[in-house]
Amino acid sequence: MNTSVSVKDLTLKFGAVTVLDKLNLDIKDGEFLVLLGSSGCGKSTLLNCIAGLLEPTDGQIFIKDKNVTWEEPKDRGIGMVFQSYALYPQMSVEKNLSFGLRIAGMDKAEIDKRVARASEILQIGPLLQRKPAALSGGQRQRVAIGRALVRDVDVFLFDEPLSNLDAKLRSELRVEIKRLHQNLKNTMIYVTHDQIEALTLADRIAIMRSGLIQQLDDPMTIYNEPNNLYVAGFIGSPAMNFFKGEITSADGRPAFVTNGVTFMLDGYRAKNPLQPGTKAVLGLRPEHISVDGPETVNTHQAVVEIEEPMGADNLIWLKHAGQSMSVRIGGNRRYRPGAQVKLAYDMSLASLFDAESELRI
Amino acid sequence: MADQATLNTVAAAADASRGSLSGPRGNRPRPLFSTRNIVLYGTLTLAAIYYLVPLYVMVVTSLKSMPEIRMGNIFSPPVEITFEPWVKAWAQACTGLNCDGLSRGFGNSIRITIPSVIISILIASINGYALANWRFKGMETFFTVLVIGAFIPYQVMIYPIVIVLREIGIYGTLSGLIVVHTIFGMPILTLLFRNYFASLPEELFKAARVDGAGFWNIYFRIMLPMSLPIFVVAMIIQITGIWNDFLFGVVFTRPEYYPMTVQLNNIVNSVQGVKEYNVNMAATILTGLVPLIVYFVSGKLFVRGIAAGAVKG
Amino acid sequence: MTDYQVVRRPNTLLRNLNSKIASIPMILTALVVFVGGTVWTVFYSFTNSKLLPRSVFVGFDQYERLWASERWIVSIQNLAIYGFFALIFSFVVGFVLAAFMDQKIRFESVFRTIFLYPFALSFIVTGLVWQWLLNPDFGVQHVVRSLGWTGFTFDPLYTQSIVIYGVLIAALWQGTGLVMVLMLAGLRGIDEDIWKASRVDGIPMVKTYLLIIIPMMRPVFITTLVIVASGIVKVYDLVVAQTSGGPGIASEVPAKYVYDYMFQAQNLGQGFAASTMMLITISIIIIPWAYLEFGGKKRG
Repeated sequence: MNTSVSVKDLTLKFGAVTVLDKLNLDIKDGEFLVLLGSSGCGKSTLLNCIAGLLEPTDGQIFIKDKNVTWEEPKDRGIGMVFQSYALYPQMSVEKNLSFGLRIAGMDKAEIDKRVARASEILQIGPLLQRKPAALSGGQRQRVAIGRALVRDVDVFLFDEPLSNLDAKLRSELRVEIKRLHQNLKNTMIYVTHDQIEALTLADRIAIMRSGLIQQLDDPMTIYNEPNNLYVAGFIGSPAMNFFKGEITSADGRPAFVTNGVTFMLDGYRAKNPLQPGTKAVLGLRPEHISVDGPETVNTHQAVVEIEEPMGADNLIWLKHAGQSMSVRIGGNRRYRPGAQVKLAYDMSLASLFDAESELRI
Repeated sequence: MADQATLNTVAAAADASRGSLSGPRGNRPRPLFSTRNIVLYGTLTLAAIYYLVPLYVMVVTSLKSMPEIRMGNIFSPPVEITFEPWVKAWAQACTGLNCDGLSRGFGNSIRITIPSVIISILIASINGYALANWRFKGMETFFTVLVIGAFIPYQVMIYPIVIVLREIGIYGTLSGLIVVHTIFGMPILTLLFRNYFASLPEELFKAARVDGAGFWNIYFRIMLPMSLPIFVVAMIIQITGIWNDFLFGVVFTRPEYYPMTVQLNNIVNSVQGVKEYNVNMAATILTGLVPLIVYFVSGKLFVRGIAAGAVKG
Repeated sequence: MTDYQVVRRPNTLLRNLNSKIASIPMILTALVVFVGGTVWTVFYSFTNSKLLPRSVFVGFDQYERLWASERWIVSIQNLAIYGFFALIFSFVVGFVLAAFMDQKIRFESVFRTIFLYPFALSFIVTGLVWQWLLNPDFGVQHVVRSLGWTGFTFDPLYTQSIVIYGVLIAALWQGTGLVMVLMLAGLRGIDEDIWKASRVDGIPMVKTYLLIIIPMMRPVFITTLVIVASGIVKVYDLVVAQTSGGPGIASEVPAKYVYDYMFQAQNLGQGFAASTMMLITISIIIIPWAYLEFGGKKRG
């Protein structure tokens, strides 16, 4: 598989502040890569560097094996879609789409052909003569995608393209972007802070924090086997339950003890042998805990504190092992506060982290 | 059958509840002539009269004949309206040796104002755009010097400018004055345009760069068409400022190129001859007419223009 | 992937070239005119230049002569009186008018248009109008006397001791509208909820203004102060038009002193020294402000 975009030792400093620190990233041809992180993690900065809109302090950027570190954005073979759409307000949709091509001095017939193709793909034909002000948010973002489309480029860059839309439109356009990627098979780099977008769209997700990539993996791996405590807490809603404790052994089998409660670690696939005595953090996703189900080696009693019905699901908050934890159950199963429940855990889906290094054990 | 006492109590209770229903409801009535309103509108109206009186006096004086001015008082409306003072002010009033009225100064002011406004706005808008979107090292320092320089009294800088213009050979000419107006208009205009362009969404600029547009393409095809209101604001600032200028006109031009303000002052404050107050007032109105028209036509944009000087960068 | 291609790094001087070209007028103005011109003038204020600038140094002679000149002393006194009252009155009147305008009144734009129109007029026009209104033989004094009040005297422009107040009246007429507009913009910038909170707390309106609103408007006050104050120091055209510095030298101001010595008395050295004094006056206003404004927060 060929590499489409490659970032090598990229460093960017604003004065004394280091935004990106010796960052390396290889993106395969035709891959959909999502850069995910909370605000200020450097994800948009990285995207702007790839686009050539920000000059790195150090490091290199390759697109299609060509060093483009010092190239102008227009010469990099990229198209870009922005959060605020960034449509030129005084130009009609058609002029917006063709602006870059006209600047490049392309001949009229070819421009028309490309605009026609883009408007067909995105179904914005009827809007071509309108000004951006006369479009809805979803239509604007479609036009913005079209502007990247007409450039006929290898790499698409998306900078939080759906963040300005309401929830319904967002999910509609999300599907459309996915469809677009399946049809065009271009490389796409997509920046977002929304984990649902990341999980649904990405071939691979790069989770960023403080200018560093925390984990780069496919969505299921990220969800099931988070690399470290940060990724584990960041992905998943409601968030993973964490218990601080220590690894021990019970009956000669590895176990985890917190506040006097013992969790047997049967079924946990450890990366390294588990050393008893290690201070560790056990992570259990709310959806991986069963309530009042069949008994297992790990069955604990707990008391329901609060119930949050959410329609399809029902989230219950319990007091367990001296701390509050949440469990997700089916929407039709209701529990009153004070109810006694039996919890069981599937340790093959749990995560265990070293308390000091915060890395997965 | 219920006894009378109980019935009375029930009736009283009903009355009481009806009583509360007939209490305050809906809009609280506000008297049109409340003390608050009288003080408020009274003060504002008095202030408005104070501000309007000079304009009124100017107009009525300019429409009276000299004998009527000597007899009556300045506030009384003209008994017999005459436009002769206006004709005289425009075409015959004397300054020194010339007796061709303010029309000469008007022509000069037009020839000074139009190119100065165009050139200064062109330079400042491009510069403000560069400051907002195409920064290079040290640029902000020059800009800070420029803005702080706007507060230096002109008197400190005029003589060196006289020398430079004399060396170039345009001292005393219209072009020299145009250069001076461009220089001294630069701080406020550059600030205005820089702040405006910086307030436009940065992604628009990024999108245009990805589209392959460069410095001039983005300026002329993206920024300029989006910024017409701010150009109007800049024009208002410059037209009124340059038209009203006196100091630069006196210092940097020869008498035959004097702008209208300088000529007006020379007409009114000349010591020779009999004072013709009606002609003076007509001349004064004529000189104030251009900025007044700009003011009344532009309305809110004028306010935005002066606020632009106040907002910090 | 490992073959690191050599790409021509664009020449540092040529990078962003258009932006540099576009900045040439700004750079020239800032360096040559503003910095260069100021340094030049201060430099030559220590010479005995008369008709033409000469580099014969005389130390502080020009300044000693300046401060020994009665006309300069009068100019400075006038500027102090004029400046003090102009600031006080324009701020008080401007703020009160703005506060009144902010009461959701009807005809707001009509009132605003009336209060602000004098600001669109030049100082020359302003000076000449008020010269006419204050003319003792025809103006206000004459009108009041003809109403039967024959002892009434109000002729500031012909009385040395109060002529500067005559100039002040004209300046306030011209400039208060500006202060009003800036204050009004400041008032409009205050969160509606502040007013709601003070109403719920039962704080009377005047107290709300004095104790809450005015302290919140500190930045607006400071900016307005700087704008108005630097305008005051520059006052020139108004005096030229209204009084020509008279009667005698009673309404002279520093800016007029500079002009007269540079371009009429052909005593450049005096003009340079006087303009340097003006520069110092402005610096006293500007430097603390610029320090507060730009010194604290450095932006990248």
